[in-house]
Amino acid sequence: MTAYLKLDHIDKVFTRGAATTEVLKDINLTIEKGEYVSIIGHSGCGKSTLLNIIAGLTTATTGGVLLENREVNSPGPDRAVVFQNHSLLPWLTVYENVRLGVDKVFARTKSRAERDAWVMHNLNLVQMAHARDKRPSEISGGMKQRVGIARALAMEPKVLLLDEPFGALDALTRAHLQDSVMALHQKLGNTILMITHDVDEAVLLSDRIVMMTNGPSARIGEVLEVPLARPRKRLELATNATYLKCRQRVLEFLYERHRFVEAA
Amino acid sequence: MNMPATKIELETASPVAAPVVAMTPKRPPRTEAYARMARETAVRVIPPLVVIALLTLVWELVCRRAGSALPPPSKVFKDTKELILDPFFDHGGIDKGLFWHLSASLQRVALGYSLSAIAGIALGVLVGQSVWAMRGLDPLFQVLRTIPPLAWLPLSLAAFRDGQPSAIFVIFITSIWPIIINTAVGIRNIPQDYRNVAAVVQLNPLEFFSKIMIPAAAPYIFTGLRIGIGLSWLAIVAAEMLIGGVGIGFFIWDAWNSSHISEIILALFYVGIVGFVLDRLIAGLGKIVTRGTAQG
Repeated sequence: MTAYLKLDHIDKVFTRGAATTEVLKDINLTIEKGEYVSIIGHSGCGKSTLLNIIAGLTTATTGGVLLENREVNSPGPDRAVVFQNHSLLPWLTVYENVRLGVDKVFARTKSRAERDAWVMHNLNLVQMAHARDKRPSEISGGMKQRVGIARALAMEPKVLLLDEPFGALDALTRAHLQDSVMALHQKLGNTILMITHDVDEAVLLSDRIVMMTNGPSARIGEVLEVPLARPRKRLELATNATYLKCRQRVLEFLYERHRFVEAA
Repeated sequence: MNMPATKIELETASPVAAPVVAMTPKRPPRTEAYARMARETAVRVIPPLVVIALLTLVWELVCRRAGSALPPPSKVFKDTKELILDPFFDHGGIDKGLFWHLSASLQRVALGYSLSAIAGIALGVLVGQSVWAMRGLDPLFQVLRTIPPLAWLPLSLAAFRDGQPSAIFVIFITSIWPIIINTAVGIRNIPQDYRNVAAVVQLNPLEFFSKIMIPAAAPYIFTGLRIGIGLSWLAIVAAEMLIGGVGIGFFIWDAWNSSHISEIILALFYVGIVGFVLDRLIAGLGKIVTRGTAQG
């Protein structure tokens, strides 16, 4: 297995005054190019912290992140993030939100006209070109998240980081958007790392599912391969034996062996 | 677990997305729209007019009697008719029409307020962005901002040895505090999400300032600017009474010294109107600039 993205012995300890909390303990993971990996765990298990470490928004206490064998410890467009709450800038239009990143990343390599075309290309990929001059407050939650995805894709990241991208959406929109992301992954072959707490979402989208134990000191409990051929069809999978088995495995992990403790 | 329910929803969802239907509100006939507009205007305009009329009536009745200290509105109008009708005369010195007095005051305010807007936003950004700047400067600000505007005047006269820059300094020092404090709060309240976006996109500090900070904090900044303009108009009238020269403040003081009570009342009326207009101006500007920043 060729390591494209490598998480190397990552520990994260939060210190507040004299109190220290170990959030993550000895996280090791290698991800291949083009792979779709999900990280699943109960809330508070530190999966978002882990994503922030990979994105460079937080630093690991010990250990590090290697992307193509180079250590990365500050944020950058090569690890673009799709944030849970879309995080579009409300004073910019849909187009300007995507353009912001494009202008920075391709400042030298693309001309103005090329950057404009590239923005529109990415808005087309997520079927949002029609709303280019709308402001985020004028479009629905699902549309905002589409724009968030376009903004991240437009930076041509080496790894696309999705932080519970569908968490704030209603079930219908979520399903629709999951299909879109699957289609994009199929088409563009991005390496994707997704944080989720939705078992079906994880099984449907991922090549591998990384299951995390409960915090504090969360570890990787188990890594499950999802040997389902792509393209995957939501309706057909509902009765697929492999799909159901994978789903069962994840559910068992989350609800039997690592039941969520409310008090934690 | 919500599995079975989710599945059923997904089945209905998967085939096609619902078509987008553009809705145009049904337009009522034009005359009806005008009638409604007139009604809405009347609702806003009539109550204050009634109140003003009643108050004027009471004032007239109270001050009409012989030996009353203040003139009734009818006398005020009679005494100040010339000033009202010709605000543009200029007989040299300080014997000028009210327009010139007001414009001199407004010029001082414009200069002092512009300086304080620039310095206030800059300091506010510094204090909002840097914890150390806040720790160092915030206590100082909290003490200095309680000093009454006029208390600065003797000191600034001593420093500048001239009335004009002193008055401008008083405007500056009066209006800067709310601008600093509100800007700092606005900067501190920039959501972490926007900072994360800026970090991922790798905006440099200058781009972060212009593309994230200022737009994100704009609603707060304009709150500060609006309080600031009100305070500077308050301060200029008081400061001008002391420094003399052309200006609405000294006009009032001069009228008092020559016992022209009616002129004082007229000047107060103008001061109120100008203050109101200034406030609306900044509020309107804020509305235009912060359009679209409401989160959704």
